[in-house]
Amino acid sequence: MRQSCKNTLPALILVFVLLMGWQLGAMRMDAAYILPSPTQILARLWELRGPLFTAHLPATMEVTAIGLAISIVFGLALAILMDARPGVQRAIYPIVIASQTIPTTALAPLFVLWFGYTIWSKVLVTVLITFFPITITVYDGLQSVKIEMIELMTTFGAGKRDIFLKLKLPATLPYFFSALKMAIPMSIIGAAIGEWLGAQSGLGYFSRRMLTQLDGAGVFAPIVLLSVVAMLLVAVISAVEKKVIRWRGDL
Amino acid sequence: MLEFRDVTFQYEVEDFNIIDSLSFRVEKGEFVSIIGASGCGKSTIFRLTNQLLPMKSGEILVNGRSIRGQKGYCGYMPQRDLLFPWRTIGENLRLPLEIRGGLSRAEMDERVDRALTHVGLAGCRDKAPSELSGGMRQRAAFARTVLTDSELLLLDEPFSALDFLTRISMQEWLLGQWEADRPTILFITHDVEEALFLSNRVLVCEETPIRRLTSIEVPAGYPRTRACLADPKMIALRETLIGMLRKEGTA
Repeated sequence: MRQSCKNTLPALILVFVLLMGWQLGAMRMDAAYILPSPTQILARLWELRGPLFTAHLPATMEVTAIGLAISIVFGLALAILMDARPGVQRAIYPIVIASQTIPTTALAPLFVLWFGYTIWSKVLVTVLITFFPITITVYDGLQSVKIEMIELMTTFGAGKRDIFLKLKLPATLPYFFSALKMAIPMSIIGAAIGEWLGAQSGLGYFSRRMLTQLDGAGVFAPIVLLSVVAMLLVAVISAVEKKVIRWRGDL
Repeated sequence: MLEFRDVTFQYEVEDFNIIDSLSFRVEKGEFVSIIGASGCGKSTIFRLTNQLLPMKSGEILVNGRSIRGQKGYCGYMPQRDLLFPWRTIGENLRLPLEIRGGLSRAEMDERVDRALTHVGLAGCRDKAPSELSGGMRQRAAFARTVLTDSELLLLDEPFSALDFLTRISMQEWLLGQWEADRPTILFITHDVEEALFLSNRVLVCEETPIRRLTSIEVPAGYPRTRACLADPKMIALRETLIGMLRKEGTA
């Protein structure tokens, strides 16, 4: 624990220095509608805590949760299918990689057109942003399983089922956690972008409303909240990962 | 115990038969080493025996029966221990029993405990593979091979990755294990001294493609100590074998 404090100390000092610079610069400029200071943002966050925490945060979390769940279920299924059937892999993998170059967020207005201001336009943006990274990471994990280990299992008389359950699944778990830690912040970004473009609630929507009122601190406040939530979720996943996987790097 | 009858095999990427109508026999309870230069195809003989590779023609018999369609007639120990890092040592040893099925959890645990005691790892059941030294890991891998309950053990250069002192103590240890239980062991190595110290018979792989293996009796009885390697007959045989292998190497 002491070691990890020592390791994060330089980063903490740097963050503190940057925040101080921001604070001083903003105070000097004295134009809160363009550049609010960190203290102004925190104050605004406190003033707006009612609507932010009771209405908008839950709305965004709902989109994130649904989107992430869909991405995980279908991402895992596709990764396993591609691993089991090389034919499927050859047909789908290049498309998955190529699709990463599409600016998904630029398509988001189209989804508003299709699904209106319902939750599904936002969920679709979230899914499109997180689905492919999960698929690719988990697929790479399944492919990383050593051929020698599969052969060893085969000489024990193992069939496909045993090889999957006793070898591929545990070997891929670290990759799954990596995918999760990557997908959580992305899914929150996806949800916020979706809300920014068309919604009646949610932190993205709230931020945009504050923009129309030239409330600089009000634009920042929900963003700070989103970042903190993303960091907390990733920290939770990291803690679970540490409990479940004690052997990362031993393979 | 093991018999090759006119076995022929060709790798798809090569245009010749690396194993060309090869025939040889290994009797029950023998400790036979196959020696040959790197890349001569001696590991291919193992991979045909445990059916990781399909032979082109010929017949391989174990206990007088063709291996086609048979399972669990041989235990295979690869060069690297391939202990799964997410399983404890005990759970790794349990793997072949789990795959074969038919035993209760308590029966499996009991067999694992006995095997661990037998190889001198009684206190290591709940340790992670990464906590063990290289020699201990190879002993665990050997115990896992024995737990396949096969009378025929195929050991593929199991000690080649160990340092010299660990290697000779592992050789003495393996000899002790064999003298106690007398399984049939087929042992691949490129270390002539290792082959002479361990086996009652050496099969020399003189040429690639492999058309025959030259069988040479080792002029020493059991129990053996390393002192036997200083016997003039053994020294002469060692030089003969080195000469045979180098002939192939320079040709």
